[in-house]
This record gives sequence, C-alpha cells and structure tokens, in this order.
Amino acid sequence: MAVIYDGTPEKRVYKNIFGETMEAIAAADDQVVYLDADLMNSIGTLGFWKRNPRQAINCGIAEANMMGIAAGLSAGGKKPYAHTFGIFASRRCFDQVFISAAYAGNSVRIFGSDPGVTAGFNGGTHMPFEDMALMRAVPGSTVIEVSDAAMLADIMWQVKDREGLTYVRVTRKNYPALYSGNHEFTIGRGQVVREGKDAAVIACGLMVGEAMAAAETLKGEGIDLRVVDMFTVKPIDRELAVRTASETGVVLTAENHNIIGGLGDSVADVLLSEGVRTKFRKLGVQDQFGSVGPQPYLQEFYGLTAAKIAEAIKSML
Amino acid sequence: MNIRETEIFAAKIRLETVRQIGVRGFGHLGGALSVADALAVLYGGVMRIDPAKPDWPRRDKLVMSKGHAGPAVYSALALKGYFPMDWLNTLNQPGTRLPSHCDKRLTPGIDMTTGSLGQGVSTAIGLAMAQRMDAEGARTYLMVGDGECNEGQVWEGAMFAHHQGLDNLTMFVDNNRKQLDGGVDEIINMGDIAAKFASFGWNTLSIDGGDIPAIVRAVEAAHAAKGVPTCIVLNTVKGAKVTVVEEIELNHHIQVEGELLKAAMSQCEAALAALEGGA
Repeated sequence: MAVIYDGTPEKRVYKNIFGETMEAIAAADDQVVYLDADLMNSIGTLGFWKRNPRQAINCGIAEANMMGIAAGLSAGGKKPYAHTFGIFASRRCFDQVFISAAYAGNSVRIFGSDPGVTAGFNGGTHMPFEDMALMRAVPGSTVIEVSDAAMLADIMWQVKDREGLTYVRVTRKNYPALYSGNHEFTIGRGQVVREGKDAAVIACGLMVGEAMAAAETLKGEGIDLRVVDMFTVKPIDRELAVRTASETGVVLTAENHNIIGGLGDSVADVLLSEGVRTKFRKLGVQDQFGSVGPQPYLQEFYGLTAAKIAEAIKSML
Repeated sequence: MNIRETEIFAAKIRLETVRQIGVRGFGHLGGALSVADALAVLYGGVMRIDPAKPDWPRRDKLVMSKGHAGPAVYSALALKGYFPMDWLNTLNQPGTRLPSHCDKRLTPGIDMTTGSLGQGVSTAIGLAMAQRMDAEGARTYLMVGDGECNEGQVWEGAMFAHHQGLDNLTMFVDNNRKQLDGGVDEIINMGDIAAKFASFGWNTLSIDGGDIPAIVRAVEAAHAAKGVPTCIVLNTVKGAKVTVVEEIELNHHIQVEGELLKAAMSQCEAALAALEGGA
C-alpha cells in the first residue's frame, strides 16, 4: 500500500482495466449483470459480451431503457452495472436514474466514462461538466470520481454489493499513476496523496495528478502543498475536509467539472457548516459548456492545469 | 377463480376503487376502472403469488407502468389479503402506504415503483430478464396506457424485449382511447397500436378489455408463445363499467364526491349484486 506518484502516466489505459475487471467480477458472482448502450468497444467489454452474453447485455443506443432495465434487474435480485458515456448516463436519462433506480430503492452501479475534458475530440456535446452535480442531487446517492487505475479496479469490486445508486466517473484513457496495485480504498474516505503544511488542494479525478505536478513546482518555490484525493465526492469525507482546512488554512478545490454542484461546492458546504476558518477557492470549469479539441488544449482553455493550480495557490498565500 | 368468480372480483375491484378515491374526494378514476378486469384475471389466478409472502423471490410480478392506476391495484391487493381493507381509506393521506402512484417501497405486493410514464416498460423487462436468469418459470406482467405509448421509452423497450426473445413478459396496453387532455387520436394519433407492436416482432392480440373470458384466453395464448414477448391490446373504455364516470369527457383525474360518488357507488354495488345474485 503506497503512493507511487512520480508523474509518469499509467502504462495501461483504463478501458482495458475496466473490461477485464468487469469480466472478472461477473465470473466471480453470477448475480452480476453488465449493461451497455453500444459502447462496449469503447470501454473494453466487447470480448466479455461475446464470451458471456448471459451476464453482459448490449441494450443498443437506448440509455433510458438501459437504466430502467438495470433497475428492474436489481428489483429481481441481480447486481446490475451499467456503462455509457457520462453525458448519457447523467443528462440523457436522469429521470430513469432518479425514479426507476434511486427513488424505487434499487441498487444500480452506473459508470459514466469520458469525464469533462477527457471527452476531447468528441467535443462539447459529449463533455460532462455537470454529471456529478446531477448525481449528487439524487437522495442517498454515492458519487465517485476515479483518479487512478488501481483505484478503478478496487472500486469496481467494492461497489458490487453496495446498496442504492452509485455513480462512478471514469476516464477511458489514463492519468499519472498514483497508487500501488494493492492500495486499499474506502468509499467515503479521501486519500492524502501528499503531505504539506502551507496550503492544500482537494481534488478528484484528472486534477489529482495536476495538483501533484503543481506541488512539485511549488516545492521549488518553498511552498509545501498538501494534496488530497477526494475520490468520493458524495458522501464527502467531512473529517478529512475539516482537518485539511484547519491544518493548512488555505484550501483550493480542483475538479474537471463545473464549479457549480461538484467537488468544490461539496467541500465548501462542509467547511462553512463546520465553521472552519480558511481561505477557500474553487478551481474548475467556470459555468461553461464543453468544446472540442485535444485534451491538453482543453485543459488550458478551461484552466485545468498544474500551472493554474500553482498560480491560484500562490495568489491565496 | 372461475369466470364468474373473476367477474365478481373485478366488480369488487371497481367498487373499492371508487370507494377509496371517494374517501379522498379526487383521483385518477377513469384509467383505474379501465384496467379492473385485466387485474382481476391476473390476481384472480393467473399470477403465481402468495399474499402472505409479498417478497417471495420466485413470484410472478406486475408492473403497473401507468402508475396512476395504483388505486385499482391497491383494491386487488387488499381483496387478496396483502394488507387490511381499511388501508384503502388512507389513499393519498399524510403518511399513507398507498400513494397516488405505485411505490414498491411503501405497499406490500407492489412489485415496481411507477409514475413517470414509459419507465415501467424497461423495469418490467429487467424483472423478466432476472426471472429468466433464475430459470424458475416466473413471469412478469406489464400494463401501459395507450397515451403512455407516446413515450419513446415504450418503443425502446419494445425493440429490446423482442431482440431478447423475452417470452416471460406479457404487456397489456389499456387502449381506453383517452389521455389527460382529451382523446388519444386528438393528441398523438397512435394509429393501430396492435399493428405497431406486431411490427416490432411481438406476439400481439387485440381483445375486448372488458371481456374476462377473452382476457383469460389471451393470457393463455401469451403463455403458449415461445421466443417472443406478447402484447395484449385491451380495448377498453376510460371509466369502464361505471357509466357516470364513462360519461365524463375528461375523466383522467376527477373530483369524486357528492352526487357523482353516490351514483358511482350505487352502480358498482348494483353490478356486484347482479353478479352475486346470478352466481
């Protein structure tokens, strides 16, 4: 169990990890059913579907129907996992997720891929900057953004028997490796990826690696930055949020998501409610729509970079 | 139940549905009455259920996708002994276990939460698929409204269920010809609903939805069809068999009190007495 970050990207793309983990979970538990809406080839599950059509179901390009089927499978005693792009998993079928799954008391695990700017060349129509906001608003939901490959596999196993609606936001590509393969994660508990005393970044997903890179830059300038991976955006780790703010007095949240309704709002809510005195700022998409281009360009365009994190931290000190 | 007993059961469902909505004073009476006969057939003997064990995993299931017909289902469930009859007096009252639209978390015997139209089609498919995986011969029955077929999700489900060859799924379309704002044909003319489902590859029957022997035969035909889901179009009347309700033009959600309640109750009581007298 260790943090192994050194800035190098994960060797394997997450879609391959997703595909093999999903198949292994289904092999281990015959009550598991994996559903997709014609994006199996995009998330590494096409072979699984061909090999095991009993437990891997292609619902075609009909996300609303897929979410309802997932809900019905849960009501019938099965353990459904459903994947599609994050935009379709959230915006396109929000009422099905809300009513058929969550309100009806069913347990459905939804994986929304291509978070924020990682949607890249698919462009603005495919770029979820609001999926976490929507899913956070569902009563009793769990909202997770995966930041690392080891975390992805571990979380996929952990949610198998989890009650209620779970939404997991995951890239199909890769981020810098953060954790060793045997690292343990607890849903609802954040990870301190880097200790530091002068200021803190509380981040999730893509922005954890960016924050780690920023910490390296700031170290050269004598600033000791703490980095927290708040991969469970809901239920948020209140204790860790409070401790981080109390001990550093400078908190920047960083998310590949609209600053409205995501990680930043969640942390701000905790800190205000708990009466913690701290400097606080949210780095993220500033109430904008997505757009098209290479991911590095989009990160620059929306200010989702290590340089912007370092700049923000310095301005807060 | 034999045919006469099922007809009596249907008459009791109507009586209790009018009575419970009358206690509250308003409700979705028209579309609850139009499914009473089909519910009587299903709960009267078709469905493999145990009212003492509403969560029995191997039971047959019903998804009332037109969730506003909840009161008719509650009547059937109460008459079958799922919960005390006096619960029916609590419809839509604070703290009730019988909300306007079906809620599986609240009501014993309700197999799926519904109310957002079209969604019950997909959840019923999920239930039927789970039953098929369990390979214990259980079936899922689904009821949708004709107006509900405006929802695209109905047709997403129709394609999928056919592709999956889901022969343990039987859908009833309550073709009562009216929706909230008026006649189905005025709002979105659905054309020939049975032909539409047939073109989606479903085994399709179109029957008089008030004719209990016809419903029984249609369900038998559904059970006999292998490798395809079945759609039974129930040609009904909104407010069926309670003429004072049938005669109201916009009878989706109506005030049910005073003279109307009295007249509706006496029609239901008379219908029941005639059946029981002839038994």
